[in-house]
Amino acid sequence: MHYLDANASEPLRPEARAAVLAAMEITGNPSSVHAAGRAARRLMEDAREALAARFGGEPGDLVFTSGGTEADALAVHALAQGRRLVIGATEHDAIRAAARQASAADPLRPDIVPVHANGVVDLSALADLLANGSPAFVCLMLANNETGTIQPIIKAAALCSAHGALLHVDAVQAAGRIDVDFARLGAHSLAISSHKLGGPSGAGALLLAPELSALTPLIRGGGQERGRRGGTPPVAAIAGFAAAALVALDASPLAGMRDAVERAAVAQGARVIGASAPRLPNTTCLALPGARADTQVIALDLDGIAVSAGAACSSGKVAASHVLAAMGLDSLAGQAIRVSLPWNATYAAIEAFGAAYARMADRLRSSLVSRAA
Amino acid sequence: MTQAPSLVNRPVYLDNQATTRCDPRVLAAMLPYFSEEYGNPASAEHVMGTIAEKAVENARGQIAALLAVDSREIVLTSGATESNNIAIKGAARHAKAMGEERRRIVTVATEHKCVLESVADLVDEGFEPIVLPVGRDGLLDPDVLRTALTVPTLLVSVMAVNNEIGVIQDIAGIAAIAKEAGALFHSDLAQAVGKIPLDLTRWNVDLASVSGHKLYGPKGVGALFVRRRPRVRLTPLFSGGGQERGLRSGTLPTPLIVGLGEACRLAQAEMAAEAKRIAELRAALLVRLREAMPGLVVNGSAEARIAGNLNLTFPDTTAADMMARVPDLCVSTGSACSSAAIEPSYVLRAIGLSDDAAARTLRVGIGRFTSAADIDYAAAALTAAHAGTESFPPARPMTSP
Repeated sequence: MHYLDANASEPLRPEARAAVLAAMEITGNPSSVHAAGRAARRLMEDAREALAARFGGEPGDLVFTSGGTEADALAVHALAQGRRLVIGATEHDAIRAAARQASAADPLRPDIVPVHANGVVDLSALADLLANGSPAFVCLMLANNETGTIQPIIKAAALCSAHGALLHVDAVQAAGRIDVDFARLGAHSLAISSHKLGGPSGAGALLLAPELSALTPLIRGGGQERGRRGGTPPVAAIAGFAAAALVALDASPLAGMRDAVERAAVAQGARVIGASAPRLPNTTCLALPGARADTQVIALDLDGIAVSAGAACSSGKVAASHVLAAMGLDSLAGQAIRVSLPWNATYAAIEAFGAAYARMADRLRSSLVSRAA
Repeated sequence: MTQAPSLVNRPVYLDNQATTRCDPRVLAAMLPYFSEEYGNPASAEHVMGTIAEKAVENARGQIAALLAVDSREIVLTSGATESNNIAIKGAARHAKAMGEERRRIVTVATEHKCVLESVADLVDEGFEPIVLPVGRDGLLDPDVLRTALTVPTLLVSVMAVNNEIGVIQDIAGIAAIAKEAGALFHSDLAQAVGKIPLDLTRWNVDLASVSGHKLYGPKGVGALFVRRRPRVRLTPLFSGGGQERGLRSGTLPTPLIVGLGEACRLAQAEMAAEAKRIAELRAALLVRLREAMPGLVVNGSAEARIAGNLNLTFPDTTAADMMARVPDLCVSTGSACSSAAIEPSYVLRAIGLSDDAAARTLRVGIGRFTSAADIDYAAAALTAAHAGTESFPPARPMTSP
């Protein structure tokens, strides 16, 4: 099986595996004051410092969570605090659901910032939204999970600050693949996830601007994370998270392989979605006109290639992708698959993909022809 | 005085109510899901995803079996704190959204902080928390509960086993009283799962919280039991990808979940024998401590108590001094979450201890990996520390857990 679904979950990096195993040997609860507890705490605080330094935050302003979804939810629920919610049209469901829940009292909210046909957020539309209305809490993702589109966060942050808006950035897919520097982005909070950068699942973090560092917790009790997130932290997952982040620096070496994937697909009549925008080096979204996405994914799976038809969370569902719909794709939205290369992708996997894709396209063409006949 | 043998391998760990060592068999079960089977269990479209999904569902079944419930009644979470937050806030918010008029939520003074704070959080949303007292034995008097329930009540939350004094509440009896009054019943089972037999279906429990790391599983995973018949409805704490039927969004951490499942399977197979062995160790420790320290008090019911817990008030020496004198013995002054806090334990206050007595109190948590040698060491070390020996030789025989 060639795994090309890294945006659903990256394979665990060996450095992270070693850190997890070492941490599993430490029994203590990091809140305990005795030797075993202090050892666990040290591990966790070392990880906090490493992650904060790696992503341009302060250790004291980094809150560990159970993952990216919780980090996004914590930001929206704890920081929006009565502000008007404004979110990008292609945000992850974690943000869309949190924003809907947080503005449940107002059926017209959250405000949606449209994207251009290539998936890049429309900054002039954002400026208009910010200029007309009460102070906003804006959520924009750094890189999209389905298309890999990279958003102009620094520019968006400047607009937000000019209008007194706060900006939360979902950097779950970007962290570990492209440069992510929280301080330089100019955002007020930033969500990251361990298993999307080659760490274990079960850990994530929310980085906070110093002035927002004290927040109302979503999960309360026990006083952990300086009262910002209750519950015994997942020490081993956190140690693996930090170890992965220290080696997950840059996915740009994958761009050549990603381009080879696209060439192979285009040769079979595929269209690359959002190709004109800056994108993650490991991600491509390929539409094959006339072929249903789920049919493609199943055909490739039977041929030993793991890809997806959209976000993993919604994999089981049939609904068309809101991301592709926002980019103005009509029927093509239901005919696109996501290929996302893991950190350990090989050219052998790319060749296998190309061959499997060609076989699939052939079969689909002949079935179309026979149906027409 | 006992002259302990030389060489310390690692500290003697007697704080098994704070957290437990992850059982090596649990770790072994988890390992393949770290590196080889790394698919996202929600990726139903490819085989890597379905392998992970099968592992998650197998674990869900193991958790359900230990609680005597249906696996469809298990929602996976990041731990008992999150489960308690979802259960209490989720039940209250859903009822309110449905136009329910009852606002009373009844709980007990000795609950874990996360239950008390979840209940307190709801005050701002118009709910009325009632925090009931317990007796000197740490147990809730059924008549006290009945009185509180004379006002129509939405939810009752009572923990099965206390984290500081180890006492076991009569969950079946309390659930019956709550149900009779028409209230939902939630129980925090973090300290109970794998320690005492549980039969949630028969006991008519509606909601119950489970923690992985208190039962020789990994940290970062837990579960919430949500009754299906009659169905208990909750508002999620947060939403997202819609995993766990919308009740708990976020990628499921497959290896941690597999670990929780295996921990439950082991507990079910070994609980009876383990409780007996641990009870014997505890009895041996208590005999030696009582001989050495007349006036030693065990707090909380001796009968309705899990095998591994002792909560001891020493006659003359403060807990802080004793802990400082035996750095190689991991015991605690209270719950781990508030370990750094200087104020006396609210649990000990609730069972009537003075601040002075509370300051002389230690929690000792014996567990699966505690050996007879560990108990010997602990008895000698605590005795010496109580007598004021500053530098008890930090020593124990090497034992493999």
